[in-house]
Amino acid sequence: MALSALFLLFFLLQHLTINMMSVFSADLFNETSHFMGTNFLVQFLLQPLLIFAVVFHFVMGFILELKNRSSRDVNYAVFKGAANSSWTSRNMIISGLVILAFIGLHFYDFWLPELDHKYISVLPEDPSRYFGELQHKFADLWRVILYCIAFVLLGLHLDHGFQSAFQSVGFNNKYTPSIKMLGTAYSILIPLGFIFIALFHYFTQSH
Amino acid sequence: MANENLNLTLKVWRQNGPNNPGRMETYQVKDISPDSSFLEMMDVLNNNLIETGKDPVAFDHDCREGICGSCSMFINGEAHGPDRGVTTCQLHMRKFKSGDTIHIEPWRAKAFPVIKDLVVDRSSFDRIIQAGGFISVNTSGNTVDANAIPINKEDADKAFDAATCIGCGACVASCKNASAMLFVSAKVSQLALLPQGRVEAEDRVLNMVHQMDEEGFGNCTNTGACEVECPKGISLENIARMNREYASALVKKG
Ligand code: HEM
Ligand code: SF4
Ligand code: FES
Repeated sequence: MALSALFLLFFLLQHLTINMMSVFSADLFNETSHFMGTNFLVQFLLQPLLIFAVVFHFVMGFILELKNRSSRDVNYAVFKGAANSSWTSRNMIISGLVILAFIGLHFYDFWLPELDHKYISVLPEDPSRYFGELQHKFADLWRVILYCIAFVLLGLHLDHGFQSAFQSVGFNNKYTPSIKMLGTAYSILIPLGFIFIALFHYFTQSH
Repeated sequence: MANENLNLTLKVWRQNGPNNPGRMETYQVKDISPDSSFLEMMDVLNNNLIETGKDPVAFDHDCREGICGSCSMFINGEAHGPDRGVTTCQLHMRKFKSGDTIHIEPWRAKAFPVIKDLVVDRSSFDRIIQAGGFISVNTSGNTVDANAIPINKEDADKAFDAATCIGCGACVASCKNASAMLFVSAKVSQLALLPQGRVEAEDRVLNMVHQMDEEGFGNCTNTGACEVECPKGISLENIARMNREYASALVKKG
């Protein structure tokens, strides 16, 4: 769980970095996307690893949730969770489910067309198509809104998840307060970055 | 004034036996001194019940000074009630106001089945200890003095802190997953930190964690509720240590 999560944390940072390029330069974004989409190592090592990590993470998340629910067969009449723990820590399954739904939409938006382009319709390589595809997706207000909601929930997931992953792998020492601060910063800045990119492309194109 | 006596409405879990369905019952208690402890308030309730020919509420208690860990009560949604760093016997009635309604429930966990009313069976903890919470030394006469082995101060302090766990089960009761990780990690840590305990450290952590899972406790998701509700302030550091110990034992021993 924690190992897949740490991988996902690293992946998100990388994803955001590439997306950010689209704000500054369409060419740079196209170039990098083309590289990521055609590089052998990325396509056949990192991408399968990512798919495995995502699937492993949410399947284990469901199993964990079910096991944990069954370990208390009679519930309390009064249970004051807020007195001793954060909302985000108690509702990882809710934020997780929203992220999962988002991943579904995201696949439909970008990954399926990508697979179609490369393997089904087998269209010719076009290193300059990525920026246009991106802009096209973010022309739709509803999509932008759904993306933003999902990113807020991602932030809540990470607000607990970031430091939790370190605790799970046994890292709890004098650096823990710094890890927690870093986690808070990460869980705010990364989703905010994605939200900014979505809004940027919505507002900088003519509708 | 804070020292006015209290009139309270109690909603208490009543259950005749392990296989009976239980229910919340409502009782009134009057004229409770704010200086009394929560258990003394329960004694007043039970006296009233006995005087009116009713079955008193069964609850566990022994030392009444916060060292035995038996006084398990889930009070108004929190283990041992709203105060911090205390057991139920150390909880004062001055933490409540006259007119309050107080919900009193047993620890809830599949691994802690109810015996009667507020009394739960915590022998799952005993079985975890039996699985490895000890060191094997020959005590037949030529025991080596523990002080013969020097131990650095920081480790000794941490081992001592872990050893203050009284096995009350508040960590399990408070955890949304009914996880016993804080308890087990305290018991693993108090020995793992000392040279005497290192000898069997790998088998110990594997066996104790295995037994913990067998008993049906949930898994830790690091909400931290246990650390907040623990009357002895056992730290989450112990859970991280146990995770390290477990991972390295698994790699070495499989
Ligand atoms: C990019 C996507 C995601 C990232 C970066 C992420 C990150 C994390 C992190 C860092 C943790 C803490 C791990 C630990 O303490 O061991 C975690 C836990 C968890 N995640 Fe995710 N996650 C993502 C997607 C999902 C999805 C799609 C689900 C689907 C249900 C999900 C459900 C859970 C659950 C149930 C937990 C366990 C609760 C806990 O440990 O506190 N996550 N996640
Ligand atoms: S860790 Fe704390 S709450 Fe858990 S059994 Fe020990 S003393 Fe009680
Ligand atoms: S009765 Fe012993 S700790 Fe409360």
